[in-house]
Amino acid sequence: MSTTAPAEADPAAPWPGPFVRYDLVKELVVALGVVTLLAVVLTVLFSSPDDPPTTIQSWAQADPGDFLATAATELSGTSEIAEYGPPYNHTPEATQKVGPLDLQSTPGVRIPIDTAKDFVLEPLSEVPANPRLKAALAAYQAAPPTLQEAWTGAYEGALAKARIVRGVPVLPAGRYGPVAPMMAALLGLAQSGGLDGALLAGDHRFYQTNYTKPLLFLSGGGYFEERAEGQHLLGTQWGMMNETGSYPGQVWLWLYTFWYQVEPFLESPNADALIFVLMGVLSLAFICIPVIPGLKTLPRHLRLYRLIWRDHYREVEG
Amino acid sequence: MSEESGRGPSPEERRMWTTWVREHAVRALPPEKLLPDRQPSYVSSWIYVFGVATIAALVVVVVSGMILGLGGPSWWHTTSLGRFFNGIHLWGVELFFFAMVVHLWGKFFMGAWRGGRGRTWVTGAITFLVAIGAAFTGYLSQQNFDSQWIASEGKDGLNSVGVGAFFNVGNFGQMYTFHVILLPLAVTALVVWHVLLVRRHGVVPPYPAKVAAAKGSAATSSTEAAQ
Repeated sequence: MSTTAPAEADPAAPWPGPFVRYDLVKELVVALGVVTLLAVVLTVLFSSPDDPPTTIQSWAQADPGDFLATAATELSGTSEIAEYGPPYNHTPEATQKVGPLDLQSTPGVRIPIDTAKDFVLEPLSEVPANPRLKAALAAYQAAPPTLQEAWTGAYEGALAKARIVRGVPVLPAGRYGPVAPMMAALLGLAQSGGLDGALLAGDHRFYQTNYTKPLLFLSGGGYFEERAEGQHLLGTQWGMMNETGSYPGQVWLWLYTFWYQVEPFLESPNADALIFVLMGVLSLAFICIPVIPGLKTLPRHLRLYRLIWRDHYREVEG
Repeated sequence: MSEESGRGPSPEERRMWTTWVREHAVRALPPEKLLPDRQPSYVSSWIYVFGVATIAALVVVVVSGMILGLGGPSWWHTTSLGRFFNGIHLWGVELFFFAMVVHLWGKFFMGAWRGGRGRTWVTGAITFLVAIGAAFTGYLSQQNFDSQWIASEGKDGLNSVGVGAFFNVGNFGQMYTFHVILLPLAVTALVVWHVLLVRRHGVVPPYPAKVAAAKGSAATSSTEAAQ
């Protein structure tokens, strides 16, 4: 028996075939019941993840060496955040680009961060009743930049050789100037929990909802990243879509995460910008499928619609 | 002439904005089209369940989110009841995305934009993208290690294209506002718009069938007319 493929008629025309009873409201109520039940069962079985946050205090207590190494780079202006560029600071050639396009620089520095001042000097200046620290701060701030760099450089170099005594790194003798007492005071402030509050309350307001400064400080340390690695959250571990524990996480970000695993993005210094723009283009294409030649007619060629409407075709085609 | 008399609005009433809106709304979506009790016979596949399941999951997400909101953003960390509703919220979101993705794939394979239904597809696709933003800000609002790490990583992507200067993932207050008000409103409004478009244009009919030539021209023409 031969078959014919009818020409496409207008799919906007009213359906001339038979209609069947369809209770939309009942369907919605039943679906609501089923989904609610599923959510309750999943909650009873698996609950939800809630790993406590890392605080500056817990970091400084658990890994004082890493805390001091990070703080020293913040003071010397050589940390990742100190050299980040917009929106935090003006660092030449630090921005990511898409070809000649420098979107990162476009809005300018709208969230100004001076790591030495915001993360070290200002919190230390708030410490009361510590004349030795006050003198050290005055000496540091009065010194020329070259001398400041020499002190912080010597301190950073010596940290690798430090011994940990009762949770505090003890450095070999060296020319650290006022940096050693400043860092010791900062460690004490952090271990007591005072630095968490000082970073949050930097603008001396009572109510606080902006955690940008403590988050940026934390993100510079190895301790924070090691904790994330242990929870398979790094970018190279498909971490964009993961969450702590064995939960599904943001699986809908699989494509966004995928690009970070492959070349040319894997090793590109512009990976974030390139992937963001690529996903923007793909998202636009996804929205515009109805008008994109080739894509809009693809379902007809894939013929999976015959599986979806198999009852209809069985009836019509006999 | 009053509408109450059964002869339609008077010229004076027709000039009223309220009358204009009502007449256009009823013309675009008369009650039997807005809430029909019959559907074309081809609407008989499991794939149709996932659209309504998406809406059901959205209701679960919104209601559980409102309950969580009553206790404030840190309530769920300190009480078992709060933790329970956070679980409902989390799994509601997972079910929402699962149902929506199956629905979207189904609609893609059906070529559901045919017959003047392009806006229906567009509103559905935009809903999916806005919902990703809603979920992302939800993860940022959890106030735990996940939030910290996602903020730490997410800032680089957003900053690299200049967005982070205005949408600061380290600013909990901003992210929480986006999560509990702005984006849920946007998702809900888009879903309502999407459903109204579905009701207005109806469910897309199947692609033409291959009809046995021997069955005669009547069957063929009937199928063709349906497309």
